[in-house]
Amino acid sequence: MTQSTTHTGIQDPGATAAQGTPVPFPQARSCPYQPPAGYGPLRESYPIGRVTLYDGRAAWAVTGHALARDLLSDPRLSCDRTQPGFPAPSEQFAKVRARGVPLISVDDPAHNAQRRLLIPHFTLKQNASMRPRIQQIVDQLLDAMERQGPPAELVSAFALPMPSMVICSLLGVPYDDHEFFEAASERLLRGQTVDEVARARQELERYMGELVDRKRREPGDGLLDELMQMDTPNGPLGRQELVALSGMLLAAGHETTANMISLGVFTLLRHPEQLAALRSRKTPMAVVVEELLRYLSVQNGMLRVAVEDIEVAGRTIRAGEGVIIMTAITNRDGTVFAAPDSLDWDRSARHHLAFGFGVHQCLGQNLARLELEIALGCLFERLPGLRLAVAADEVRSKPATSTIDGLLELPVAW
Amino acid sequence: MSAVRIEVDRQRCVGAGMCALTAPEVFTQDDDGFSEVLAGRESAAGEYPMVKEAVRACPVGAVALLDED
Repeated sequence: MTQSTTHTGIQDPGATAAQGTPVPFPQARSCPYQPPAGYGPLRESYPIGRVTLYDGRAAWAVTGHALARDLLSDPRLSCDRTQPGFPAPSEQFAKVRARGVPLISVDDPAHNAQRRLLIPHFTLKQNASMRPRIQQIVDQLLDAMERQGPPAELVSAFALPMPSMVICSLLGVPYDDHEFFEAASERLLRGQTVDEVARARQELERYMGELVDRKRREPGDGLLDELMQMDTPNGPLGRQELVALSGMLLAAGHETTANMISLGVFTLLRHPEQLAALRSRKTPMAVVVEELLRYLSVQNGMLRVAVEDIEVAGRTIRAGEGVIIMTAITNRDGTVFAAPDSLDWDRSARHHLAFGFGVHQCLGQNLARLELEIALGCLFERLPGLRLAVAADEVRSKPATSTIDGLLELPVAW
Repeated sequence: MSAVRIEVDRQRCVGAGMCALTAPEVFTQDDDGFSEVLAGRESAAGEYPMVKEAVRACPVGAVALLDED
């Protein structure tokens, strides 16, 4: 083990507040691969505690794995962000909540109808057919990194463009437009100001609308083309619906995967024994990816609001109260995962909740697994001397404004 | 030991693919993306221990083991 003493994560000795004491949510990570140290008291509020949000309101925080599975399967919890009481993790989120996102902020039965449009396009077979293209994208990005480095900044050179290019291919964005699409989607995630992010969103929405128009004249082959040809009970999908679905796929599949890549690389570089097992192929990549998904839990809070009273663990969640599934904590539930704070290829990480549970469980999860297997596997194979180009404690985590955790930058050499 | 039949409820299935990922010897996905039991494997739960894991992995409880009488 190589963790320094500053990397003890959530078992901070100062974290001994009494059960039920509200804890701020979300918080930034100090050690990038550990849940925020300030979540320490929540682990003692098992299986459910309380957090406070930026606006001072309180919400329930689910910390137990079994309870999280039950609640994520419970139709009395809603994803609808316009419901009064829906927990907003930031002011920015509160401002845009009314906009909604297809599938993600929609409850059944409307959610199910939307999901059924996409289900055929995310099967294991469909994903496998994307393997050559994903491999090509990874190879191209690594070629460019090798030409220009070392060193390299791995987030902008590899982690962010890789899943963005996969989404381009999936949707059927013409090759000539990839550069624009990647640049705009990077600004959407890493823009320096609220205005820059809003502009990037507008540019992408305008682009997707124009792409729909263009595809009506000259059909191509991609998910967007197939969705345009699909007949739903309400007739073909409209331009706005297609733009919104594309935006949802980008939101769901870009930063999540990108952050798993950069955090995964950092975590492996800080765990040389585990990295050696990966490099010697003693541990299959699928096992590595599953345990990293559990261990890193980049989607660290899943947001819901109760629409009816729910009795849980001797408490009552009242209708209208916010509920946050603390994924990073439930995935370290010691009753399900022995020695949960260690990165262990020999455990079964299978039942982690990194992709959620219930009807909203990530539809793109098997595409994400494939991307991560190829990206992480190829990176360490091509660059056997890969190492951090800065001290580990200089690597900065994202600030506490989002529920998707990750690294801002990851300077590497080889 | 009584025989056990493996069933997938297609109405519940949300296409997450967890059963086919967990126990590919027993489950597959059709062209619509919904899971189904491979032909001839409906009663094979005893031979494939991963079937139980697949039942637990299904996010919507669409995979069930039913006692055959």
